[in-house]
Amino acid sequence: MSFPSIRRTAVAVGVSAAALSLVLTGCSSSGSSDSGSVTISYLVDNGAATVEAGNALIADFQAKNPNIKVELETRPPGAEGDNLIKTKLATGDMNSVFQYNTGSLLKALEPDKSLVNVADQPWVSRLDDNFKTVASTENGTYGVPTGQSSAGAIIYNKDVYAKLGLQIPKTWDEFMANNKKILDSGTAAPIAQTYGDTWSSQLFVLGDFYNVQSQDADWAKKYTENKAKFADEPGLSGFEHLEEALKAGYFNKDYATATYDDGVRMIAKGEAAHYPILTFAASALSVNYPEAVKTVGTFPIPGKSADKNGLTVWMPSAAYIPKSTEGAELDASKKFLDFLATPDACKIVSEKIAPTGPFVIDGCTLPDSVPAIVSDMQPYFDEGKTGLALEFVSPVKGPALEQITVAVGSGITPAKQGAGQYDEDVKKQAQQLGLEGW
Amino acid sequence: MRNKTLAWRWGGGTIAVILALLIFILPFLFILFTASKSQQEASLLQFSWPTEWHLFDNLAQVIQTRNGLPLRAFINSAVLTVASVSLIVVLGAMVGFILQRRQQKWNSLINGLVLVGLIVPPAVVPTIWVLQGTGLFKTLPGLIFVHVAFGLPFAVMLFRAFMGSVPRELDEAAIIDGAGPIRLFMSIILPLIRPVMITVIVVQSVAIFNDFTYALYFLPGDSNATVQLLLYNFQGQNLTQWGLLFAFILLVTVPPLVMYIFFNRQIVEGMTSGSVKG
Amino acid sequence: MTTEIASSGATGTRRSPGPAPAANKRRKKQSPYPNWFYLPAGLFYTILFLVPTGLSFYFALTRWNLFDIEFIGFENFVTFFKEQALIQGFINTFIYAFLTSGAKVVLGLLLGVFLTSQIIARGFLRSVIFFPALVSTIGIGITFKVLLDPFDGPVNQALAVLGIGGPGWLTDPSLALISIALVDIWKGVGLATLIYIAGMVAIPQDYYEAARVDGAGAWNNFWHITLPLLRPATATVILLSLIGGLRSFELIWAMTKGGPGFTSDVLGSVIYKQYQAGFFGLSTAGNVVLFLVVAALIFPLSAWLNKGEKES
Repeated sequence: MSFPSIRRTAVAVGVSAAALSLVLTGCSSSGSSDSGSVTISYLVDNGAATVEAGNALIADFQAKNPNIKVELETRPPGAEGDNLIKTKLATGDMNSVFQYNTGSLLKALEPDKSLVNVADQPWVSRLDDNFKTVASTENGTYGVPTGQSSAGAIIYNKDVYAKLGLQIPKTWDEFMANNKKILDSGTAAPIAQTYGDTWSSQLFVLGDFYNVQSQDADWAKKYTENKAKFADEPGLSGFEHLEEALKAGYFNKDYATATYDDGVRMIAKGEAAHYPILTFAASALSVNYPEAVKTVGTFPIPGKSADKNGLTVWMPSAAYIPKSTEGAELDASKKFLDFLATPDACKIVSEKIAPTGPFVIDGCTLPDSVPAIVSDMQPYFDEGKTGLALEFVSPVKGPALEQITVAVGSGITPAKQGAGQYDEDVKKQAQQLGLEGW
Repeated sequence: MRNKTLAWRWGGGTIAVILALLIFILPFLFILFTASKSQQEASLLQFSWPTEWHLFDNLAQVIQTRNGLPLRAFINSAVLTVASVSLIVVLGAMVGFILQRRQQKWNSLINGLVLVGLIVPPAVVPTIWVLQGTGLFKTLPGLIFVHVAFGLPFAVMLFRAFMGSVPRELDEAAIIDGAGPIRLFMSIILPLIRPVMITVIVVQSVAIFNDFTYALYFLPGDSNATVQLLLYNFQGQNLTQWGLLFAFILLVTVPPLVMYIFFNRQIVEGMTSGSVKG
Repeated sequence: MTTEIASSGATGTRRSPGPAPAANKRRKKQSPYPNWFYLPAGLFYTILFLVPTGLSFYFALTRWNLFDIEFIGFENFVTFFKEQALIQGFINTFIYAFLTSGAKVVLGLLLGVFLTSQIIARGFLRSVIFFPALVSTIGIGITFKVLLDPFDGPVNQALAVLGIGGPGWLTDPSLALISIALVDIWKGVGLATLIYIAGMVAIPQDYYEAARVDGAGAWNNFWHITLPLLRPATATVILLSLIGGLRSFELIWAMTKGGPGFTSDVLGSVIYKQYQAGFFGLSTAGNVVLFLVVAALIFPLSAWLNKGEKES
């Protein structure tokens, strides 16, 4: 039991044993060696693109810093990865540097207690303000971005729009009018929904957050304090949109079983006109349907009024240093973070991973040719018509949203009731986090 | 009268065979056919004879995907099954032996525990907590021990019942010859209870090889996965490669099929007789 | 067998009449049936089954994440029974368990009678019906998910050839749970059949001989001889399939993950989802609910079924 600082015996037993097993499996192979060179480890998720980019970044970094060796380690994605990260931090057995989400998931790590504050680093001043907020607490800034931003928006087929002479809708009513024309013309399904991958059902709700925020600027704060609810307007409108679109018969007929890949295909081939999804779809698009990168564009999920329409933006993950990294290892890790903030590093990332949206650090620019999904987003960034998704401005996020939105989008649950169910669902998370007012 | 029985014998039998083919064999043929098709043909998901047979290509490709992860999963599952079943058989036989031979006041308690173990579902999170506390969470030995704990009640029940048919006189003869408990158990009892041992081995092997839930909870992750878990994850990641997915399902179906061909009688006996007592 | 145990027990006590310490000591050394044979099995069982099961009654009363554990009384149970999505899983568990075990009893009995009658290919039929019970549930689940796909699935394509528009087996909210139950029955009916066959084979032919002398017909035979004497087999089928049905998780997880929405969630899948979300206390509370449901149903039921067995 070599971790006397752990608060409760119950956790201490479990946690120190987990640490032991991690040591035994050799997960923590970092530290300095005799020759003055330092080895650090970098933990990333095991997505193929992430790993490829990680390896390329490390190669370049090592070439520039011959005294530092970086070892790449991978972790599973999703809930399992979340648990792994938390266990490693709780046992003081985290890698020298690790990559993880920003926003509500970062808050769940209790960064003030578990991470090294890097607010004094030179690159912090170059961070995009939005990113800085989601990678910081009141007491410090913790991460450097490891990718690009993306948006929760509607990707659409420009050929269908051109053929039917449609305009990009600025309000929900215009959007539904477009859908009606598309349905009547019989050229394509108006809206692609893909409940074979349940997570993709959430975008009408999550991507509507700019519109919610534009009607009530304090909504996120009230929500965190248990004073605003999805069951009331303006939060409710995302659920209602889903219900309306279903009732109008605008979904592809196989919406219940289609998968995310099917959704990307439908838009690329013009089988469907609209698909509410995250713009990281650009990478699937450029790999599988390179001929369609110019015909698939993006517009924000329309809201109530045309002049208040904008993009709901997701911030990239970040690289963090845990408190357990010390001494020469810490210095080397800070150097690695410095490197990740350089334009060189950004360039490597955009070569390895298809761009999903603008970078969030000054000096980093996207390559000249990017998919239309991404270039269509730029004007909203230039005009400042972007807002962060709810998960970046509130720590409260429930696990069952995707099932609820499938239920609403399949007509099993009415919109109002679904929103109410989600309000119950988030309560568990808020209580788990020990927030005030729940 | 004779004609009627004859009609029943042949008519009823024939109809039953046709129905059985439709209901029980077709799904397996679908697995076999889809596993044998080229990628493009398989993606149509039709029930049809493959135009070209790619079965061995597909099997080889499945084994090699993701740096041979499926092969490692098969090895993991084999180790898991053999180790768990060996422990269950030896430890279960020891308990069944004493439980039947020695009458004492604990017996009703132990019988009660066996019954509880057969019925009560495992408490997942606390079990994980215990495994973490002993450093066994997410390790193959951890999962083996869990299977042993949950498999023992069934084995004890069968062994205890079978011990009743082993005459005590044999024990006494051995004891007079100066055999200690261990030698008595190893050289007299174990050989005599071989039939029921085979039953336990076969039934538990099938159950443990096919287990998904315990692996999902106690040995999650891809790198150290069992075949069932990897098959499940494979489904999510390679949705478009139906030929490979069904080749994987076919591979997972083969071990129980082989077991069934060789130990048909023991499996049936074990599953029916064992359960009758529960 | 029971009598044998009783008599051997009697000899055991006769051998050591009094609890004299000296005699006790000697017996311990000499007993050919030492209690330490219980020890290894007991260790596994205690550490990985009894301790966690006992602890779960405490953990169910806590709010627990990886950093903290806090005692909150019965709040988890309140949450569990207040949240509509969780209640649905509770109700579905019963629907699923009763549907599958009822169907297995009826179909298993009918098939058992049929497969003990004089027909050709009996052995073949028995093997074919039983085999699915041995195949990986995940493999079966994935296969049927494909077969039952509403558009591309072979089942609906075959129905379309016959001019029938097949339903969305796994996507229609009112059908999903029933479709999974059908697959469960497909997989498990062979075992039920074999248990019934074993029961029928064990019925002495004398009964039927006597009945034939009395001039009883096939129906009378079935109703007055076969069915009553099959009571133990029926008890086994009911208990086995009910226990399995209440605990079911794998097939549902492989086919729908509880969807669409929450329409095919059962206790097993709800427990897993709460665990995955990091609500360890709530997940354990779900587990305790599952214990109580299983215990409350199975123990009285097995006592009742076995009592009947002894009486008859």
